[in-house]
Amino acid sequence: MRSPLLRKIRILFSAIILICFILVFIDYKDLIPTKYINILMSLQFVPSMLKYIDTPVILSAGFVAVLILTLLTGRTYCSFLCPLGIGQDLFSRIGGRIRKKFRRYGLKKPHTILRYSILGATVVVSLVWGIYLLTLLDPYSVFGRFMTFFGKPVALLINNFLSWVFHKFDIYTFDHITITGFRLLTYTIPVLFFILVGVMSLTRGRLYCNTICPVGTLLGLISKISIFRIKFDESKCTRCGRCAIRCKSSCIDFLQQKVDVSRCVDCFNCIDVCQDDAMSYGLVSFKKKETETDTGKRKFIAGSLLMLMGLQQGARAQEKGSPVPLKQSTVKENRTCPVAPPGAGSIEDFNSNCTGCSLCIAACPNDVLKPALLQYGIAGIMQPVMDYHKSFCTFNCVKCTEVCPTYALKPLTLEAKQLTQLGKVQFIKDNCIVKTEKTACGACSEACPTKAVYMVPYEGNLLIPETNADICIGCGHCEYACPTVPYKAIFVDGNPVHQAAQPPENEEAEMEAHEDFPF
Amino acid sequence: MQILLNKTVRIMKRRDFLRKSAGAGLAAGAALSLGGYSKLWAAAPSAAKYDMVAVMGGSPEAMFDLGIQELGGMGTFIKKGQKVLVKPNIGWDRPPEMGANTNPALVSRVIEHCLRAGAKEVYVFDHTCDNWVNCYRNSGIEKAAKDAGAKVVPGNSENYYQEIEIPGGVKLKKAKVHELLFDTDVFINIPVLKDHNSTRMTACMKNMMGVVWDRGFWHRNDLNQCIADYALFEKKPALNILDCYNVMVKHGPMGVSKEDVVQMKSQIISTDWVACDAAATKMLGVDLEKIEYIPYAHKLGLGNMNIDSLNIRRIKM
Repeated sequence: MRSPLLRKIRILFSAIILICFILVFIDYKDLIPTKYINILMSLQFVPSMLKYIDTPVILSAGFVAVLILTLLTGRTYCSFLCPLGIGQDLFSRIGGRIRKKFRRYGLKKPHTILRYSILGATVVVSLVWGIYLLTLLDPYSVFGRFMTFFGKPVALLINNFLSWVFHKFDIYTFDHITITGFRLLTYTIPVLFFILVGVMSLTRGRLYCNTICPVGTLLGLISKISIFRIKFDESKCTRCGRCAIRCKSSCIDFLQQKVDVSRCVDCFNCIDVCQDDAMSYGLVSFKKKETETDTGKRKFIAGSLLMLMGLQQGARAQEKGSPVPLKQSTVKENRTCPVAPPGAGSIEDFNSNCTGCSLCIAACPNDVLKPALLQYGIAGIMQPVMDYHKSFCTFNCVKCTEVCPTYALKPLTLEAKQLTQLGKVQFIKDNCIVKTEKTACGACSEACPTKAVYMVPYEGNLLIPETNADICIGCGHCEYACPTVPYKAIFVDGNPVHQAAQPPENEEAEMEAHEDFPF
Repeated sequence: MQILLNKTVRIMKRRDFLRKSAGAGLAAGAALSLGGYSKLWAAAPSAAKYDMVAVMGGSPEAMFDLGIQELGGMGTFIKKGQKVLVKPNIGWDRPPEMGANTNPALVSRVIEHCLRAGAKEVYVFDHTCDNWVNCYRNSGIEKAAKDAGAKVVPGNSENYYQEIEIPGGVKLKKAKVHELLFDTDVFINIPVLKDHNSTRMTACMKNMMGVVWDRGFWHRNDLNQCIADYALFEKKPALNILDCYNVMVKHGPMGVSKEDVVQMKSQIISTDWVACDAAATKMLGVDLEKIEYIPYAHKLGLGNMNIDSLNIRRIKM
């Protein structure tokens, strides 16, 4: 096939995929039927692989489909299905507009040692220690973080602007959504990667995909034996070099009439630009034997560099605008374990399965999920953790467990979730308003969906909270509602392994309806 | 620029209010000197015959139809072309039969009466405790209100709230309240009667926690006093319609299951929310003195908690 249509099809297809991904991550996924989202997600290589390792059923074997696709067609995945790859193409286009130099690529040497080292390190570290290199480098998760950290706030700004304009006209189609953001240090990794990927793609096309991305490198290895490839028609080629200049992967050697398939992402730009009809995409011809083996590819450099960023934040952000209470609470909460989201099962399992793509963070209607720094330790960097300072886990919701592409959060029915204990409530009487101020409060008990926090008589007319951890599900609504600062009088300490909560018992009300008016 | 404009409008409105309230204050003083709160409230909007109407035994809609008729119809409170704010309790992500939120059928009927009385627009909102989208939907109120022709407005963002001062407030001197309170002409309060875990009862006055942004401040600074203090604020409801159809008598204000609910099939309608809350204590079977915000509000001169001295119309259906 040498039709210039190929490139147009690629652009159209990838644009649709990118738009779908953007909609999913800025939480407009209701616009797309769930089954299409599921297909899209199941074809993401790393998430699908992790899901399969966790639950080996045929439905979660999307990564096998990607491998087969690569065997047949080369790295089409990188141009058609990978949101980070497609996003980079967009950046490259912008780069080309900015400077002519940025759209003239030309043949470059592959960074063989570097790319195979990164792939090797990722595999070794994931197998031996934990998946944190994968979390850092998985292209889908990198893209997810870009969207959640930068894309969604921009979308919300636009939404809020529209809502503001519409409200002026008394129309309430758009609701104002408060942009909460995350703790400052959690931005480190997404910002660094955004600079890295951004600069590379603006100036050098697919350099990131062909040097750093472990999925790109792996698929590149496999595509060396792929059946469909970009081919030269030596009889037609005039060696004008246009193809090499337009090649985003800088992998065409037009003088030798060779394409480095391990770097070629099947973007079909070369076919489009060739004026001699010398480039085509088709079945590989076996006339010429491929005997040259790159010796460098087997060289592994063990170990990796992982920058440890920052220390756990000590100070806690006080809620803005809240007036200082009469007295400050004095007893610090003794938190022994972070609270992992519903469906995580155990923190250990969760940490070994989550790539921190932050899709659940984007999907959470209550904004209670936040990317972790070191709450889970190094292994859990960028993974979602429940932050009950800003919000709580709303009782009638299982959104996060439905969207997880890796099964790090397993699907839960609403009934199951409402009996899953993420953590246990702890009451610190010495911080409680009722004790320190001698005034009524009860914000915690009011918010408790199971009445694991209830009120008992205290001095005079006052009532004070008491807890029953057996029926607590660890939703954190009490902690969120508790108005004491700087320390809460009630908080949820996470369960390292989620437990089953007792269902709340409830007796028929003793009171009866009035026969007549009681006044 | 827009903010500035807004502020100017606000200030003008406040001035307007001051002028009006000065007059009202004089009238109130006169009425008081002539004897009793009842006349004060009866005199305010028009010549309503009763201080309070209590209805029992019908559907929420039927009870309201009868009750409002006894007060001279909705036209007594709403003039043609006015904008109306209807404030139910939509605080919790619970289904209607749990009685955690105002009965949606009642909300719907009240809106219909407002529109029939010539209201230009009716707005409904609440600053919910649970996730607001779920509360609006699962309470059944969003759909009921929209179907009845009201505009359902969000209350989940600080952007919608404007700072006000409460002169005379003991603990609560400032609050941020929803802009709709300023943008509408008539305010109608439709709370639901419930048990409450710390104030022991929630009804009319406590429903105002859903028009302010920072509830935490109330909880930190003597909840009962703050509830009474807020009742001082100039934008008072023209009418309180207390839903006592499904009454959550324990585990309030959120409830655990249907076992918490007693079907009382009642409704109390009054322009005096202190009186309304006082009557509600009898319905719920709690000691009025223990619901501290009621005596506080009575002391601040915000209404009459001595229901024996009121002219109450009681209707059994």
